[in-house]
Amino acid sequence: MGVFKFASCDGCQLQLLSCEDELLSIADAIDIVHFLEASSHVEPGPYDIALVEGSITTNVDRNRILEVRKHSKYLVTIGACATAGGIQALKNWGDRSDYLRAVYARPEYIETLSTSTAIADHVKVDFELRGCPINRLQLIDVILSLLADRAPRTPRHSVCLDCKRRGTVCIAVAQDAVCLGPITQAGCGAICPAYQRGCYGCFGPAAQPNCDSLADWYLAGRATPVELVPLLRNFNANAPAFRECGDRIDPFLDSGGTT
Amino acid sequence: MNAKPDLTKARRSSEPWHTFPVTIRRVCAEAPNVMTYDFEFDNHSDAQQYAFSPGQFNMLYVPGAGEAAISIAGRTNEGRFLKHTIRTVGVVTQAIAKGGVGMSLGLRGPFGTSWPVDFFSHQLKRDVIVVAGGIGLAPLRSLVLFLIQHREKVGSVRLLIGARSPEDVVYESELHEWSENGVEIHVTVDRPSLNWRGQVGVVTLLLGRIAIPRPQSTLVMTCGPEVMMRYVAKSAMDRKIPTENVWLTLERNMNCAIGLCGHCQLGPKFICKDGPVFRYDYVRDLLRVQHF
Amino acid sequence: MEEPCLIEKSELNRLIERLIREGFLVLGPRVEDSAILYCEIQSMRDLPRGYRDTQEPGKYRVAESNGENYFEFNLGPHSWKQFLFPPKQSVSSCKKTDNGWEFTTNVDSPPKFAFLGVRACELAAIEVQDRVFLEGPFVDPVYQARRESTFIIAVNCTVAASTCFCTSMGTGPKCKSAFDLALTELDDGFVVEVGTTRGRSMISDLNIRKIDREHASDSQLLQQRACDQITKRMDTSGIRNLLLENLDHPHWDDVAKRCLSCTNCTMVCPTCFCSSVTEVSNLSGDQIERERQWDSCFNVDFSYTASGTVRDDVRSRYRQWLTHKLASWHDQFDSSGCVGCGRCITWCPVGIDLTAEVAAIRNTPFSNRTLPVIQPVSKAACAFPKDFKP
Ligand SMILES: Cc1cc2nc3c(=O)[nH]c(=O)nc-3n(C[C@H](O)[C@H](O)[C@H](O)COP(=O)(O)OP(=O)(O)OC[C@H]3O[C@@H](n4cnc5c(N)ncnc54)[C@H](O)[C@@H]3O)c2cc1C
Ligand code: SF4
Ligand code: SF4
Ligand code: SF4
Ligand code: SF4
Ligand code: FES
Repeated sequence: MGVFKFASCDGCQLQLLSCEDELLSIADAIDIVHFLEASSHVEPGPYDIALVEGSITTNVDRNRILEVRKHSKYLVTIGACATAGGIQALKNWGDRSDYLRAVYARPEYIETLSTSTAIADHVKVDFELRGCPINRLQLIDVILSLLADRAPRTPRHSVCLDCKRRGTVCIAVAQDAVCLGPITQAGCGAICPAYQRGCYGCFGPAAQPNCDSLADWYLAGRATPVELVPLLRNFNANAPAFRECGDRIDPFLDSGGTT
Repeated sequence: MNAKPDLTKARRSSEPWHTFPVTIRRVCAEAPNVMTYDFEFDNHSDAQQYAFSPGQFNMLYVPGAGEAAISIAGRTNEGRFLKHTIRTVGVVTQAIAKGGVGMSLGLRGPFGTSWPVDFFSHQLKRDVIVVAGGIGLAPLRSLVLFLIQHREKVGSVRLLIGARSPEDVVYESELHEWSENGVEIHVTVDRPSLNWRGQVGVVTLLLGRIAIPRPQSTLVMTCGPEVMMRYVAKSAMDRKIPTENVWLTLERNMNCAIGLCGHCQLGPKFICKDGPVFRYDYVRDLLRVQHF
Repeated sequence: MEEPCLIEKSELNRLIERLIREGFLVLGPRVEDSAILYCEIQSMRDLPRGYRDTQEPGKYRVAESNGENYFEFNLGPHSWKQFLFPPKQSVSSCKKTDNGWEFTTNVDSPPKFAFLGVRACELAAIEVQDRVFLEGPFVDPVYQARRESTFIIAVNCTVAASTCFCTSMGTGPKCKSAFDLALTELDDGFVVEVGTTRGRSMISDLNIRKIDREHASDSQLLQQRACDQITKRMDTSGIRNLLLENLDHPHWDDVAKRCLSCTNCTMVCPTCFCSSVTEVSNLSGDQIERERQWDSCFNVDFSYTASGTVRDDVRSRYRQWLTHKLASWHDQFDSSGCVGCGRCITWCPVGIDLTAEVAAIRNTPFSNRTLPVIQPVSKAACAFPKDFKP
């Protein structure tokens, strides 16, 4: 199993590291090879499983992911960066040079694409494991399933279902909170509402989400577009359902500008 | 009404989750991706108490992967083996295919309704037309064997098989024996191979062609893709067979098979307990509704 | 049923004490997380004394008032279903041995529950689930083990929320049956009705007074007040056929634009019973629990089959929910699947109100109906040779 890192924060790798012992103890055959540096050369596998973390933001990365695909039986993307471009996909909305100047002292050394995009935009992905960060139990389950040559059964339902299963009082209804739970895929165990915070959408859009309806409801008195748009443009900003909804209600986009 | 629920009405309060341990003893390839498996009960006593009717199904359970609803295709070796013909499509069925001979797994059942086998009597001697589409022959196999066994209670038995291509015809090795036992068999395929000498076209065409001398006392029993079965029913009607003589089996997502999980609903029907075998006129209108 | 009697309010404490002494886990209303929930209670001190709730589609608030009463509120997001049909429950397990898998059916020994504060619509909901879980061809062992020993103390509503419509569904607000004891809260005591001999013996050591005419009429007036406060209506005449004849009504598209398919309505509904069993495996995969969890017809994968997902859009899923609750439930269980509690209205994050959706369909007859009428099939006609053995 190879672990490949692209543009990301390492949060998902930490999750992976935290379950590596378990994985090693169950499958002696499993051999985990990391490729942390963007420059590192891709060992010609073949890999049974390639776990890919991070999004594609540079030309070098774009070529590297093609290499990874070529040498892997199953390519699994993990985390919001790899599955939806991550928080760095925000630059898709902004002028690139602004971001560079804000972050790097010598921007002229930085060569980047103007976008941050999901791995699936570049190569065929066998399975996407969502989350920011991913849920370690789901990760173990995915790896075990793939080792057994079966498709993982990671649920695609809303956070609300898990929220109700654990008996949390809906904070959207009882406290007028702005919560993305109804349009977000479960996986986190509905943790935020249990601590009285609205869902941030870490696991990306649930199956067939109706983002517009929820946005319109919140905009009718509970939140302004200026509050709601950043919520949709979070870790999964570039996931199509969130992106389209955010763009629709973005007051600055209408007038032709950028946020 | 009482604060304490009345439990006397419960017909079966035994453990609905009770799972029999079984082992795969034989695997036989039927068609691309389709295999027939013989499952042996690990405990002799389980085999003795287990009884099913043609058309019923079991839940086959691969621990860790889950359950799948599979029709009972028959029983052999003095009842010790249960036959299931399974198409490899997803998690559970792949696990079974991969497991092969010697694999240990679980089985719950039998569940659901059966073909109307007690409609046959020495007096009436009804004619039967069995129509199968592809792997839909699986739940009909035990029916055909029943008809052969009770030949004196039935008039003519015709088996019409439609398959995508000649190699998709299941139970090919048994068809000869069935026809020697008085079952008239017609096979048609959509895509013939070079050496195919049988019929070509959809199975409903066969139904349009065969002689039906006594439509009022002819029964049609069919299993296959839902569209196919609706056309079979329509052709049967065209041939003056009354709707109440047409029986079919339906498929929906199944999770519990005991009427408690809600997954298998089709309008007012629970496929797992009201079906999977239905009289056509009880479900005809439901089948016309899109995405129901 | 015998004559109702009267107890001082504080006597309720002695009843709770006795139940606890007799080994019951007493569950009742309690203010928690800005709502009135059903939790374990030790004494009357835990009850939401003086609290009132206000509800409307998509909105719930609970606040202290200057009242002194213990039960002057309506329903919160919890229902008793969570105790009788737990959101997560192992149904069986298996272990790998040298001779293959060993399967065991899990029989747990749940505590004996005593429910305090069950409203009329909730009694009806429990009766609906009794029919689902206990009266089919298969009895659910999980539900059965919990239901059998449950002691029910009902409470007659004396106020109603704007989302309540039990009067339309014929389930309330008065508790008529299916309880061991039923209370009506007056200013100076509880009127107690006894429903079972078990209930009678449970109050045998309380200080019971005979009820006088004044108390009787107070009790009547308060119950009438609740009735009068109910403003929501749903016309249920011919509702089964109305919905099943309109499966192609354009209004389903309208509600699909608003519905999030988020499952909240089915989760809070006290009669929804859908579930899925999932595999919970240990790391080495040789010890597996089969865990049953609440599921919902609003989930895309709920109707998945290898040849396609049956209800693959919000329209068909909302239609499944509404037609199941109000129409096909009659065919399946000889009653409505809705008891008029209004929870699905309050707890829908976008305030979808099923009574309004039904009214919209009723009020806009769909002329170019393409569907035939789905005829109710009488149970007898469906009877099938079940016991046949080849
Ligand atoms: C009454 C009945 C009889 C059947 N008889 C046979 C048979 O004899 N031979 C055969 O090959 N197949 C039969 N099927 C279909 C078989 O149940 C599915 O192909 C099987 O469940 C797929 O499981 P999977 O895990 O391999 O597939 P996946 O695609 O991984 O399915 C995941 C889950 O979805 C559900 N599911 C998927 N497809 C179906 C389906 N078609 N029907 C019900 N649930 C489904 C199951 O819960 C399954 O575990 C029958 C179905 C029913 C309802
Ligand atoms: S708090 Fe959020 S996640 Fe929970 S039910 Fe309400 S909307 Fe859904
Ligand atoms: S009706 Fe409301 S609560 Fe129910 S699924 Fe739709 S949006 Fe969610
Ligand atoms: S459908 Fe709504 S109003 Fe009816 S019982 Fe369920 S939650 Fe209550
Ligand atoms: S409405 Fe949906 S979730 Fe509720 S019982 Fe019916 S099918 Fe199940
Ligand atoms: S499969 Fe669970 S109710 Fe039919």
